[in-house]
Amino acid sequence: MPDTLNKKNTLDQKESLQPKMVTVEIEGKPFQVPAGITLIKALWYAGQDVIRGVGCLGGFCGACATYYRTKDDPKVKTCLACSMAVEDGMSFSFMPAFPARKATYNLLELKDPKQDLFTLYPEAPLCRNCNACTEACPQHIDVREGVWKAVFGDFKAVSEMFMDCVMCGMCAPVCIADIAPNLVALYASRAQGVHFTEKPEGLATRIQEITDGRFQQEWDRILKLSDEELQNTTAATT
Amino acid sequence: MELTDQRNLVHQTRDARRSKSFPKLSPAERDSLIKKHHPDHRAHAYRPIIFGPNAGQSTVTEVATLLEGESPVPADLDLTPAYSVDVLVVGGGGAGCASALHAHAQGANVLLATKLRLGDSNSVMAQGGMQIAVASDDSPVQHFLDTLKGGHMKNDHQLLKVMVEEGPSIAKWLLELGVLFDRDADGNLHVKKGGGSSKARLLTCSDYTGLEIMRVLKDEVLNKKIPLLEFVAAVELLSDAKGACTGAVLKDLDNNRFIVVAAKTVILATGGIGRLHIQGFPTSNHFGATGDALVLAYRLGVPLVQIDTFQYHPSGGVYPEQLVGALVTEGIRSEGGHLVNAKGERFVNELDTRDVVSSSIIRECEEGRGVRTPSGRVGVWLDTPLLDVEHGPGTLDKHFPAMVRQYERYQVDIRKDPVLIYPTLHYQNGGVKIDVNGETPVANLFVAGEASGGLHGRNRLMGNSLLDLMVFGKRTGTLAAERSKSLPKSSLTLDHLKRFRAEAKRHHVSAGIISPMVLPAYTNK
Repeated sequence: MPDTLNKKNTLDQKESLQPKMVTVEIEGKPFQVPAGITLIKALWYAGQDVIRGVGCLGGFCGACATYYRTKDDPKVKTCLACSMAVEDGMSFSFMPAFPARKATYNLLELKDPKQDLFTLYPEAPLCRNCNACTEACPQHIDVREGVWKAVFGDFKAVSEMFMDCVMCGMCAPVCIADIAPNLVALYASRAQGVHFTEKPEGLATRIQEITDGRFQQEWDRILKLSDEELQNTTAATT
Repeated sequence: MELTDQRNLVHQTRDARRSKSFPKLSPAERDSLIKKHHPDHRAHAYRPIIFGPNAGQSTVTEVATLLEGESPVPADLDLTPAYSVDVLVVGGGGAGCASALHAHAQGANVLLATKLRLGDSNSVMAQGGMQIAVASDDSPVQHFLDTLKGGHMKNDHQLLKVMVEEGPSIAKWLLELGVLFDRDADGNLHVKKGGGSSKARLLTCSDYTGLEIMRVLKDEVLNKKIPLLEFVAAVELLSDAKGACTGAVLKDLDNNRFIVVAAKTVILATGGIGRLHIQGFPTSNHFGATGDALVLAYRLGVPLVQIDTFQYHPSGGVYPEQLVGALVTEGIRSEGGHLVNAKGERFVNELDTRDVVSSSIIRECEEGRGVRTPSGRVGVWLDTPLLDVEHGPGTLDKHFPAMVRQYERYQVDIRKDPVLIYPTLHYQNGGVKIDVNGETPVANLFVAGEASGGLHGRNRLMGNSLLDLMVFGKRTGTLAAERSKSLPKSSLTLDHLKRFRAEAKRHHVSAGIISPMVLPAYTNK
């Protein structure tokens, strides 16, 4: 029997850290941490309390936006610290909260959302094509292209391109035109949903059916049943 | 055997597995499997709660200890309020944002406090979708029945009926806010099939459903200029002479100062318990999932329901090490991905309910049919490449971009190779007792979302959580706002805490644990 099939499998799977240690620099200070752990875990391992900078720990909330550099490479890159493993010689720091301006708006009241973009975010058309935003995106979105699509009114494309956007905001500090591309894209995506997407007919029908009490008879029948009967019944369709 | 050889077995057995279907278990077989292998049935992990509203009832040690814990608030705290509001919402996830928006829409003066940033939550991670009976061959009644069967018939019928019936209007609300649900060619909402459901009922935004909903709700909270306190946790509630809830004591995590809030109504929307690592399990939950509402409500005298049952999601990562506990979306199984043991065999119908699938994975591993990782963990295979084989190349890229990316970061290509998974602590099935409006037995205290209990019975169905958040966020926010209009200003006291402390003393409980936990202690000291 191969050792993978032995019986010593327990439920309690405590984290087993690899014994190999690496040296990393956290905010300029060197620490020895186990190889292969995430940047967030390296911070904890190094004894640092983290409150700002940790969120979902699953790569979805953008709280742990981080700058890092690998050994001997001058290029500073971006990542989500919960989703990146440490390696020897790596140097990293959390991105501080960046005071980008978010426009406020009532989407339903907007008459011409594609034009209104220029009132809400007048800086959006000032993109100078430096592409720094795209390079800064840890989600590999073509951010620069997205800004131009928004400016040219192709909100549908923007909404598709930015479905992966975790709103970490790393595209904003690098912009020489003071655009916050993630916020521009969020506006365009929401406007796409509110103003330029078909209303689903089936949904309206279903809501009407519920309002009209179309399911009342079924409810009356079902709610009288015992657990055992409920187990074996299915609902009639309308 | 090397992991690569083990992996090859999955490739070699794929075609043979494709030609066979795996039957679902009968209710009796399910019960017996769960009793034998589900972590909820490990007696040694449980103990009775010593005092308080649920005295004598059993729950996991981790939860019992927190419920009996000591409040960080000194008895002589100056209760002069820094804020006086109609509605205080605690929590910035899906339920918190929804309740704040609905309360605001009713004209109430709302304050939203969250211990992380607005939106940092489990909601943002929900990948699988949101169950709403919108398809023409489906009905809210069938949604009700499926959920009930999934919950082992233990769901509160009234709460459940409200949720399934309000689902379609919630979809409409979200569409009006600009949420981009996937569509069919005819413009109707696209529905996917989820584990434990008899009909395709999951509304999705590719595999970013929670992220898309949360981006929109967060943006709307900011557009409405609802006052926000970020990095501020609730650590105690306040009550008046009659025992009704009248506000809360918050703690600013940046400067450790207490902030007293007088609130005519309080809505707790603080989510679940994954970060308690019950029974040592890794978790899929966000950093702040420490069950704060359970503790706060319990000290104010509110009973908890079904607090002995937790959901261990079948597919948590076990390899690579960085993904331990992280969720691997259920969508893979919904679209036909097989679970495969070390012998290259399927062992469960992958679309059975989460508790059944998890129990079967644990059984395979306990009985020696699991696969060991280099760091000594054990799991089973989830055959991801099968999806591209079954539905055509590009299926994973198109439907599961988040998961492709999640593994790519660690040089694992899920299009080419299967991944190793093991159950991860995912959800608190029970919680604070509420009525159909989300109100607790203590007047003017509301609870919405995962922190509440009763709706999901002993096992929540996939896709019902996002709907729960939106429905009960709406109901609590709306009612709390209306209620606050007729409520006079009331007194702020810690009388309930005095009683709680006296009871702890009477029962000789001095655990030395401060609760709520607020954040887990992961830092090496």
